[in-house]
Amino acid sequence: MEDHGSPALARLLEALPDAVQETHARLGDATARVDPTRIVEVARLLRDDPKLDFQMLSDVTCVDYLGETPRFEVVYHFYSVEHNQRLRIKARVGGEQPEIASLTSLYASANWMEREVWDLYGVRFTDHPDLRRILLYEAFEGHPLRKDYPKERRQPLVGPRN
Amino acid sequence: MAEARDRSEEVLAEDFERDLHVERQILNMGPSHPATHGTVKFLIELDGENIAALDIQVGYLHRGFEKECESGTWYQAIPYTDRLNYNSAILANIGYCLAVEKLLELETPERCQWLRVLAGELSRIGDHLTRCGAACLELQAMTPFLYGIEARELTWDLLESLCGARVTSNYVRIGGVKHGMPDAFPELCRGAMARIRALLRDFDDVVTSNRIFVDRLKGTGLISQEDCLRYAVTGPILRSAGVPLDVRKAEPYLVYDEIDFDVPIGEVGDNYDRYLVCVEEMQQSLRIVEQCLAQLEKLGPGPVDTLDPRVRWPAKGRVFNRMEELIQQFKSVTEGPRVPAGEGYLAIESANGELGFYLVSDGSAVPYKVRCRPPSFINLAPMSLMLRGAFLADLIPTFDLINMIGGECDR
Repeated sequence: MEDHGSPALARLLEALPDAVQETHARLGDATARVDPTRIVEVARLLRDDPKLDFQMLSDVTCVDYLGETPRFEVVYHFYSVEHNQRLRIKARVGGEQPEIASLTSLYASANWMEREVWDLYGVRFTDHPDLRRILLYEAFEGHPLRKDYPKERRQPLVGPRN
Repeated sequence: MAEARDRSEEVLAEDFERDLHVERQILNMGPSHPATHGTVKFLIELDGENIAALDIQVGYLHRGFEKECESGTWYQAIPYTDRLNYNSAILANIGYCLAVEKLLELETPERCQWLRVLAGELSRIGDHLTRCGAACLELQAMTPFLYGIEARELTWDLLESLCGARVTSNYVRIGGVKHGMPDAFPELCRGAMARIRALLRDFDDVVTSNRIFVDRLKGTGLISQEDCLRYAVTGPILRSAGVPLDVRKAEPYLVYDEIDFDVPIGEVGDNYDRYLVCVEEMQQSLRIVEQCLAQLEKLGPGPVDTLDPRVRWPAKGRVFNRMEELIQQFKSVTEGPRVPAGEGYLAIESANGELGFYLVSDGSAVPYKVRCRPPSFINLAPMSLMLRGAFLADLIPTFDLINMIGGECDR
């Protein structure tokens, strides 16, 4: 696997070579696809290794590649203030009940963003302390950003609950 | 008899203890509350007058931004981006268009880049004015709010003369801007800036050392540097905690590396520091606008769009007389550019912090995925931490200076 001239990818490949499945740095964005079962291990290395020092998990999102297996790709964007560099980590999950370990124990910012991914894509984050829907309401059926959710589908409006 | 009275007094004393010090009260605030300029619901657990726990419930303005973007062409997503942060619409336009240009590997002319910076900084001033003005309003000070709104009107007038709209100002296009600035713009802009500076002085005189304002803001809504980083907080909140991180300096986009400006930082990370950082950022933005005007006058009139045929319409004379250009025009109007397959993330410094767009293209004329990294959403998450144990009254200024914008937070 290549590091494409990115110091972050080089360090990741050196420390956890068997967790990384694919790398690229197209358009200048260093990217690694990792084994979904080892995402917490990868994130811990990214946060605690002094050469990496990614203190910020600045974004968590998901892409639905309908028709491919595994179907979903959870995408994390890390940022290091110290080294002013970014790294994108991706992990593929699929099956009837797609799930991946939560990063809330390492990054507090993961809490709301993982709730959003659960809400809109239906990817479950194990060990998340409070995995409720965040943008939609509890009575909403389905996960609207999945590619097989029709845009025109209507759902009954319900009032707020306490 | 006396014994019974003693016992009932004991029971009363127990009740007294229990009512005042044991039972916690649940208070619902929002989703529509006059003191919060945003549609958000707070479920507050009160221990007396102090906040013991706070659950922030967002989503009331969710309208499926990403789903809508995935159903139109790359061009048709631009107007949705104005409606994200409606206080500084142009900044979201810039972020989205720069991200699409990154996927297209497209360079825009220098004149276009300066115009984008100019329009973006005017929006930033408008956004900060709203934030600081509304914070005063919600602390019962009407006059400074009106100073702020008068100054904001001036920036909106300038944006109107650039693109024709005041609020949902849609100015940026993929590969360019709608058109160059009008001839009278530099003069208008300099006049407006002098007035904005005078209004900011008035604002400063009334607010910055006002005893009530300072008492309400100082020491409230505190957050440490470490917590900011853990929660991925960016923008004025992070800077007020003392971290000089600004995407314009850290990863300069457009022509920010040629512009001279400073990044103000705070010391302790409370609401008062956030206010001071915003006020100073407005002064810096005015400096940037001046440099843009000087540079644009030096460059003179000329093209503001790229010549790349993937995004640029062919010249009208050719469209009317030649087959190829007619077809190209038809394709440009009906489907717009086909973006090469791939993924890209681009971040800009919006008024609230890092506004990022993560785009995925499958090579077609329709975006496969448009993810907006919303600073309002991410900066709101640590609010329950900022207010742990604080007075209920501190919730108002803290929420104001976080400047959560429903359109961007809920998308």
